[in-house]
Amino acid sequence: MKIAIPAEDKSMDKNVYVSFGRAPYFLLYDTKTKECEYLDNSAVLNQGGAGIRAAQVIADNGVKALITPRCGENAEKVLSSAQVFIYKSIDGTIKENIDAFCAEKLSLLTDIHPGFHGNEQK
Amino acid sequence: MEMSKNKKVFAVLSGKGGTGKTLLSVNLSAVCNESVYIDCDVEEPNGHLFFKPANVYEEEVTVKIPTLNSNLCTGCRKCADLCNFSAIAIVNKKPLIFEEVCHSCGGCVLLCEAKALYEKDKAIGKVQSGTSDNVTVKTGILNTGEASGIPIIKKLLKDILKSNKITFIDCPPGSACIVMESIKDADYCILVAEPTIFGSHNLKMIYELVKLFNKPCGVVLNKCIDADNPSERFCNENNIKIIGKIPFDTELGTLNSDAEIASRKSEKYQEMFSSMLEKIIKETDA
Repeated sequence: MKIAIPAEDKSMDKNVYVSFGRAPYFLLYDTKTKECEYLDNSAVLNQGGAGIRAAQVIADNGVKALITPRCGENAEKVLSSAQVFIYKSIDGTIKENIDAFCAEKLSLLTDIHPGFHGNEQK
Repeated sequence: MEMSKNKKVFAVLSGKGGTGKTLLSVNLSAVCNESVYIDCDVEEPNGHLFFKPANVYEEEVTVKIPTLNSNLCTGCRKCADLCNFSAIAIVNKKPLIFEEVCHSCGGCVLLCEAKALYEKDKAIGKVQSGTSDNVTVKTGILNTGEASGIPIIKKLLKDILKSNKITFIDCPPGSACIVMESIKDADYCILVAEPTIFGSHNLKMIYELVKLFNKPCGVVLNKCIDADNPSERFCNENNIKIIGKIPFDTELGTLNSDAEIASRKSEKYQEMFSSMLEKIIKETDA
């Protein structure tokens, strides 16, 4: 199963990026083959609609689960239409989050925020 | 005052809210024999609170939004690839349209070979027109949550150049696109400024904007007290005409907070705003 995680750097030892749409990279990880791949997030500089574009990339790559600290409502709409489950990340590195996901210790993200719409918080 | 040869359009702007754009444009409109007041501050129009216009006529403002006929869609993605604002995502080979992100460019509909996308009207607000004695009062109102008030301003100002009355445009605060749209057809810009360092910074921003648009301009210094005025200094340093000074006084503040038009209530303010009007008309005749 393919999962995705927003990443600040191309390293699994770094923490999960604080938001989804504006993350510099997405780590795509295959839980079966343990293969991983980093995608540049082309939406990072988008004036608006970053969450939608980022969600599109996730959906297009056949991802089944996204692990993120938060997610806006537009991105959520794309992801849920594409049957991508959204899990809430835990404090810690990307690696620790992948391990927690594989051990079924992560819960689904329920507090979808209304989006920052140009007022992205750093 | 005799106004027959003046059908000029004046835009009143300021770098931030609460500087006195509405106070000034409402009162300048009120001291004319006949005038049009247009409230372009569509996110929070308040000129109508002073004028309390009668015989109000209202029109809805709409924009075009793409709509999907799912049966015709081939899932080619051209619409989503085109959209600069990511207002369209493709999920399960069908477009998912985000109306509030759409900027109504119409590109996706033009590009759709299968004709699966068509345009529908979406209401984003309204314009009102009424009268208050000698003043025609026009107000733009943007619905809460809408991204851009520009279509409303376009509608408000559509026939502005055909008007045979002196016109005052009460602009939105700041110097963004929505202000540019508001001053585009103005003959003269009146910049309102507060007597603080922050106020002079805001003045500089809009001064640069009107210069960019090659608009002649003058400044009205509001909330003046007997002390150093950084905005006045800025005007003097840059050779900007000072049209007038409005004192920071309790009587004016009270009238204004009671939603009264000061120049209609008091001879003193009637004279003050009339003399400013005379000056700006002289400026534009010169």
